[in-house]
Amino acid sequence: MEKIPTLSYIRPFVSTRNACKLCSPLGACIAIKGIEGCVPVIHGSQGCATYIRRYLISHYKEPVDIASSNFSEETTIFGGEANLKIALTNVTNQYQPKAIGVATTCLSETIGEDVASQLSHIRNDSTNSNLPSLFTVSTPSYQGTHLDGFHATVLALVKNFAKKLPSADKINFFPGFVSPSDIRHIKEIVADFDLKTTILPDYSDTLDNPVWDQYYRVPKGGTPISELEKMAEAYASIELGVFTSVKQGGQNGGKEISGASWLESEHSVKNHQCILPIGMNGNDALFDILSKVSGKDIPVKYQMQRGRLLDSYADGHKYIFGKKAVIYGEEDLVLGLCSFLDEIGVEVVLAASGANSGKLQKKIIKHCPEHGKTIQVISDSDFEQINEACNTIKPDFLIGNSKGNYIATNFNIPLIRVGFPIHDRIGGQRITLLGYQGTQKLFDKVVNAMIEYKQNNSPIGYKYM
Amino acid sequence: MERIIKERSTQVHTIGTSAHDLDCEKKSLAGSVSQRACVFCGSRVVLYPIADALHLIHGPIGCAAYTWDIRGALSSGPQLHRLSFSTDLRERDVVFGGEPKLYTALTELIEAYKPKAAFVYSTCIVGVIGDDVEAVCRKVAAEQKIDVLPVMAEGFKGTKKDGYKAACDALSKLVGTDNNFQAPPFSINILGDFNLAGELWMLKEYYEKIGVNIITCLTGDGRIDEIRQAHKASINVVQCSGSMMHLAKEMEEKYDIPFIKVSYFGIEDMADALYEVAGFFKNEEMLQKAKELVSEEIKTLLPALEPFKEKLQGKKAAIYVGGAFKAISLVKALRLIGMKTVMVGSQTGNKDDYNLLQKLCDKETIIVDDSNPNELSEFVKEKGVDLFIGGVKERPIAYKLGIGFCDHNHERKEALAGFEGMLNFANEVYASVTSPVWKFFKR
Ligand code: SF4
Ligand code: SF4
Repeated sequence: MEKIPTLSYIRPFVSTRNACKLCSPLGACIAIKGIEGCVPVIHGSQGCATYIRRYLISHYKEPVDIASSNFSEETTIFGGEANLKIALTNVTNQYQPKAIGVATTCLSETIGEDVASQLSHIRNDSTNSNLPSLFTVSTPSYQGTHLDGFHATVLALVKNFAKKLPSADKINFFPGFVSPSDIRHIKEIVADFDLKTTILPDYSDTLDNPVWDQYYRVPKGGTPISELEKMAEAYASIELGVFTSVKQGGQNGGKEISGASWLESEHSVKNHQCILPIGMNGNDALFDILSKVSGKDIPVKYQMQRGRLLDSYADGHKYIFGKKAVIYGEEDLVLGLCSFLDEIGVEVVLAASGANSGKLQKKIIKHCPEHGKTIQVISDSDFEQINEACNTIKPDFLIGNSKGNYIATNFNIPLIRVGFPIHDRIGGQRITLLGYQGTQKLFDKVVNAMIEYKQNNSPIGYKYM
Repeated sequence: MERIIKERSTQVHTIGTSAHDLDCEKKSLAGSVSQRACVFCGSRVVLYPIADALHLIHGPIGCAAYTWDIRGALSSGPQLHRLSFSTDLRERDVVFGGEPKLYTALTELIEAYKPKAAFVYSTCIVGVIGDDVEAVCRKVAAEQKIDVLPVMAEGFKGTKKDGYKAACDALSKLVGTDNNFQAPPFSINILGDFNLAGELWMLKEYYEKIGVNIITCLTGDGRIDEIRQAHKASINVVQCSGSMMHLAKEMEEKYDIPFIKVSYFGIEDMADALYEVAGFFKNEEMLQKAKELVSEEIKTLLPALEPFKEKLQGKKAAIYVGGAFKAISLVKALRLIGMKTVMVGSQTGNKDDYNLLQKLCDKETIIVDDSNPNELSEFVKEKGVDLFIGGVKERPIAYKLGIGFCDHNHERKEALAGFEGMLNFANEVYASVTSPVWKFFKR
């Protein structure tokens, strides 16, 4: 068997080779799964829905039901309203959902479907009286990646549901596209600050269920719609991630907004934003915000976690100092990881993302005081670009999702699996990166990967540290 | 709550109870959460294993990203098929047309990777923006002097089955283009084996042992040059009939090559597959060798299966797979290890397949076409099955309910064909059904 072909020289390609991104409706479906009793419908041909389901099932190892309006040739020519109506009726009868979120596809966008008005026709049709709440989000893939679909859906949710109400004793938390176990950890943290919080989206249960005694057509959990409705009355929002704004989305046209920034501008809910809290600096920033918002000191529990993390930094720094790392994935994940690796003395030699906000490089420089300026950043990147770059930069390890596995094999270096998708291991949905605790796990993993590599590749006994 | 959507009730049948015939070969119902994919998916899975070709997906990124290195189809040589190439259309391309991007992408990839041929798959959106994919392919083919084959696979233009046809259409343009080749005697083509987990290599060994030559396998461990010579075979042996029937029929008309339908799953079907080829060549020596091979294999296999059979006796299974022909073999293979099939269905079966299943299965067995998670979960619970055989999308249904599960789709990593495969299969079924972990589940 020959090796998977790789080019040893770097040349530009207009085609994408082994994409380092996924399409927008996939992100939309994940966000929709974070709403209680909500079922996603993808407005387009059957294939998109099935492929996305398959992809999500493979990562979350959970049933992920996503319906399709199943376009045919006629639908494509005459429009999809009739099919959408059938889809909504069938989903309603089969799932009895509290809400249905309709995400568009490249196809329905290209033929110019106006889903919002289709939904209002369908809703006003008297034969459809038992339909649940309906909302839609525009997610053409040719305009962005799965993360744009995710954030566009979060925005669509607050715009659709949040009502103007008197202010209440509550905050909003926008965790961004993190793992179910990250969301659980966030919930624990905010509860320990005695904060009453609405988390949007919250798929910590729906995409990471315990076993069932019966089959739940709609898994339990998710942000309750009644809570979603109250998000405009919160006194603050905390938003993780700095690449959360989306351009697409109808009326707001060119203006870039996120769910949290929309609540701030429309409903004066003060937004506190920080990068994904991975590492000491990232978490200090988050805990500062929590302290400020809650008016409470950092609970002893987290002071201890922070102290232990710092202690381990001392124990492990030697084994990773100056090691060269390649990071890839969604922009916010890449930024969070860069900030973490930078503070522990690992040299990030390449930070790549399939997304292309145009801001990644600047943010990296800002958040990586040690060698942010020397980090090579590739936006709109694909895995073959990363693969080829590795020929010259010779990294010591990779951090990112499963899809970089073949590169790690090519160069015989460790891959530390984080993010999405994790298709070749179990437990992807349980990887915690956030908080001092999540960072602790990641730090141990990185150090141990380096030690293991040394152990496996050197004749020297390596039994005591 | 609806157990089965009204419009789908004719696609579910219980042997001996419901009066109607099973309805099939229909488009999936909107909102039914069908387990099926699209036309593109059908063509992609069939052509995927051709390892020395470039596979370029013309469309936005998703269609390509979701099919990157998705099959366990092994190649004994080149690995070009395991890379995922896409034109990754952006808004500008959608507005102004994607032809220039396709042209550049195709040209640069052919220059960089030097494939033997290129397949260009058009996806939904390409059908709508009206790119002339065929014209671009012709142009690049002339410039680069290799075959560039358009695969018209717009997702909305039908079902996965139509994708099989699109793939066969592309293949038939290659078949017959090398006339210099002289086929050795007793030459066959295998159609519809995709060399998952190296299964084809086991089959090759069997055929070689009985004196049969394989010109090419479509498309497992596939090579462009071999496909060009496929018309020199004496017979086409079709395994996955759902996907390859079009090509088999076309080759019969065009080149007078007859075909037989076989299955390589389970002892009986595997043995028949060898006997039928020997029978076709009317060659006594070959038949004798086939019999020897089978009895030799069975001599070790049957005793090896015995312990599994003891443990699995009377256990109940549910099957939901892509093609119904495979389901038929699975029912037989399960029977061989003492298990009973109580529910069986497929995404793409036809009338003949389902009739055969009705004859083969016991009374009360549920037979279903184009099912969905709701129905499947109801059926497996109602029947109290111990094992579910399906693909990735069915797996969490089983596990959530505490039921053993075996992968039997085109992404599997275990070889399940042939005699060796039967033992692997028994082993896997045994491990799945009798694992002590199920003791913790309340059923
Ligand atoms: S866009 Fe069309 S071709 Fe692509 S996955 Fe969706 S249905 Fe299939
Ligand atoms: S057509 Fe668009 S939405 Fe559908 S799979 Fe392809 S990229 Fe995704």
